Amino acid sequence: MSEVRVLVGTRKGAFILTSDEKRQQWDISGPHFAGWEMFHVKGSPADPNRLYASQSTGWFGQLIQRSDDGGQTWEPVGNEFVYEGVPGTHQWYDGTQHPWEFTRVWYLEPSPTDPDTVYAGVEDAALFRSSDGGKTWAELPGLRGVKGHLWQPGAGGMCLHKILLDPSDSNRIFVAISAAGAFRSDDGGQTWRPVNRGLKSGYELPDPNAEVGHCVHSIAMHRSRPDVLFMQKHWDIMRSDDAGESWYEVSGDLPSDFGFPIAVHAHEPDTIYVVPIKSDSEHYPPDGKLRVYRSRTGGNEWEALTNGLPQSHCYVNVLRGALAVDSLDSCGVYFGTTGGGVYASADSGDSWAPIVRDLPAVLSIEVQVLP
Amino acid sequence: MIRVMLPPHLRTLARVSGKVELEVEGPITQRSVLDALEAEYPMLRGTIRDHATQGRRSFIRFFACGEDWSHQPPDAPLPDAVATGAEPFMIVGALAGG
Repeated sequence: MSEVRVLVGTRKGAFILTSDEKRQQWDISGPHFAGWEMFHVKGSPADPNRLYASQSTGWFGQLIQRSDDGGQTWEPVGNEFVYEGVPGTHQWYDGTQHPWEFTRVWYLEPSPTDPDTVYAGVEDAALFRSSDGGKTWAELPGLRGVKGHLWQPGAGGMCLHKILLDPSDSNRIFVAISAAGAFRSDDGGQTWRPVNRGLKSGYELPDPNAEVGHCVHSIAMHRSRPDVLFMQKHWDIMRSDDAGESWYEVSGDLPSDFGFPIAVHAHEPDTIYVVPIKSDSEHYPPDGKLRVYRSRTGGNEWEALTNGLPQSHCYVNVLRGALAVDSLDSCGVYFGTTGGGVYASADSGDSWAPIVRDLPAVLSIEVQVLP
Repeated sequence: MIRVMLPPHLRTLARVSGKVELEVEGPITQRSVLDALEAEYPMLRGTIRDHATQGRRSFIRFFACGEDWSHQPPDAPLPDAVATGAEPFMIVGALAGG
């Protein structure tokens, strides 16, 4: 029987939730790295017991932890993230230029084929790669060359928060950067270009069709169809059918198209999930009802998933990294809230139950299925 | 033997309990003590001083013999009581946040 392992990053530590494939009874381990902000914990597809974790605080800075036994023991590895060459400047809130400064690692994406290769998305936005299991890190500086001087931090910081490695083309990488946009490399990360055509940010940018500057909250793809991308923008659910060359809106009948995470069903490439939030100024679900919305048509037509979720007086948020799916035959869907709840569905979202209710605010969720 | 007191999170990270004892070569300064500390416990690199500038991280404070040494030059000699091991060199997480 398969085992499911849910890796939870929170404001005050990491937690590991495990269950068998029924996903009804859960063991909870943690807090690991108690008291530290754990922005992301993710396993290597090539060796599921190899986990990487981003650990940080404002006091002591950034650490990267690595486990080779599925999270039972951990070792700190390299934490030196140095921008390549002269770091230069980017746009600051007051319109002046501001030096690039490393703050933290938001996202870790292990290689699908090599357990020792892992990418890191950082704040201030840049992409790093390690080829030695996290001991040393080197920037892929071509990304910041794509009008980086025009990038400007949003309220959450100027973070590179999502990395998608194309499973059909090892040279193709997509990244998403808050308040800068989506970017694509076709040569393994050496050169990049913005892929934001069709995004409209009328309330946020002087030029609503700007090439960079769009506040992308998250992007997702299905591994069988890597040219189709889905995006939760600040406002708007967007879709691209041509690897980001152009985007069109698929918000359709959602009660709000503001939100943070987006995910694709493990076996149905046109089934996608979002968690609508009331607005950019009120970061909680509309009407105090925690509802995941599912589209089985690749967008536009959405259904509210409410069974087992709080439907009154609920004012939590679900952050951009805190929604994930598993790969079991009956696809599991998981999300964590800023109120510390982790909810799971073992039936593609039809019904939900909390795994745990009162963790620290959840920053990220990843799921592994182990044989 | 120099004694160094770490804040709780860094004791956990370095897997030590209580004060750390270090042999330090040459003049006893913030820099020489921190160099010796990081050589003995490499996982602490970057958590007390910035990797690139070697400057003290913003929310770290250094105390010795009841005095705040945070703004003293890194190569200034520390008090004799620290150099003899009678008093610890204290690395403290600043009161910040909420």
